[in-house]
Amino acid sequence: MIYSYYPGCTLKTKAKELDIAARRCAESLGVTLEELPQWQCCGGVYPQVKDEIATRLSAVRALVAARDKGQTLVTVCSACHHVLKRTNEDLKTDGNFRDKVNRYLELEQPYGGETRVIHYLELLRDDIGFDKIKAAVQNPLNGEAVGAYYGCMLLRPGKQMGLDDPENPEVMEKLLEALGAKPVVYAMRNECCGGYQTVTNPAFAQKKAEAVLHSASARGADCLITACPLCQYNLQKTDGGVPTYYFTKLLAKALGVE
Amino acid sequence: MEQKKMSEKIREITGINPRKCMKCGKCSATCPAYEEMEYHPHQFVAMIERDAIEELMESKAIWNCLSCMACVERCPRGVEPGKLVEAARQLVTRQQGGNYLLPDDIPARLDGDLPQQALVSALRKFTR
Repeated sequence: MIYSYYPGCTLKTKAKELDIAARRCAESLGVTLEELPQWQCCGGVYPQVKDEIATRLSAVRALVAARDKGQTLVTVCSACHHVLKRTNEDLKTDGNFRDKVNRYLELEQPYGGETRVIHYLELLRDDIGFDKIKAAVQNPLNGEAVGAYYGCMLLRPGKQMGLDDPENPEVMEKLLEALGAKPVVYAMRNECCGGYQTVTNPAFAQKKAEAVLHSASARGADCLITACPLCQYNLQKTDGGVPTYYFTKLLAKALGVE
Repeated sequence: MEQKKMSEKIREITGINPRKCMKCGKCSATCPAYEEMEYHPHQFVAMIERDAIEELMESKAIWNCLSCMACVERCPRGVEPGKLVEAARQLVTRQQGGNYLLPDDIPARLDGDLPQQALVSALRKFTR
């Protein structure tokens, strides 16, 4: 299985380990991730007003590049995935946006959201399957108590993201079970980590991260996993007694490809 | 732009009709930035409904929204206050000198671990 892969800026810099582990694990599970040539910024955040066109264009270029290769587009970063998937949805459903984008980009073949856009977790769940992953585990996680931290961007808005139930997600818990860990479900797993407010108002962001960590440790989590470099930063920066890792770290450890 | 026009602009670029709000307060109940705001999500909706846009645009509350979409997901009426807040920010940043964060502010806020994603996101949300 060969997929188009969009790493994004942070996976090439501060979150290199997320990128490297994701590729290694995919390879060991029989999946090749082909990095899109000359990819650009995804846009970072999805603009929530309809008349912002230019800020969504670079996401469109990645979507078109994957379409031209006839491949599904996979992303690991929650933020990139969010922007790419929602921009793709807009191209399917918003005729005005689709029209403007196509006239501006002057593509040889017009684009209307044909690319299948998935998060790496969807690749694991839907295309590879947790049974196959379970069978490939070399070093089971020995019942370690791990809390999955979803945050905002993976799940919401549920209708557009379609990744999991936005209030009661289970994709990361199922993954943890496949790896031999004991998933810990806690109240704040889909609440905000403080997000980009960490740049302008770090004390406020820290309060949000603390609330997540306290909620997880009160339920007995030894560590947390996340898919988002910004969540990772906010949670790691806060002293809550619970370390946070990229989910790919535990995956790589269990698969024996660390 | 006069208040009424700005309020219409917000309705237009969000596609949201604030009159659909049934004032259940779920948005404010679920908002993780509630304590950081002098006006709260259910109040933003009411302010836009009565064209009190200037108050909203001058309020620090709009800059403390986390864009976490908790209110967007949980609004039972599809009013989605988070989108209205972002539209109010846009009306401010689209004005001359309206940026909330300047590139020159960034170096002082850097630490060795801050991910690029945070800077791109903050500049996109606060700056034109």
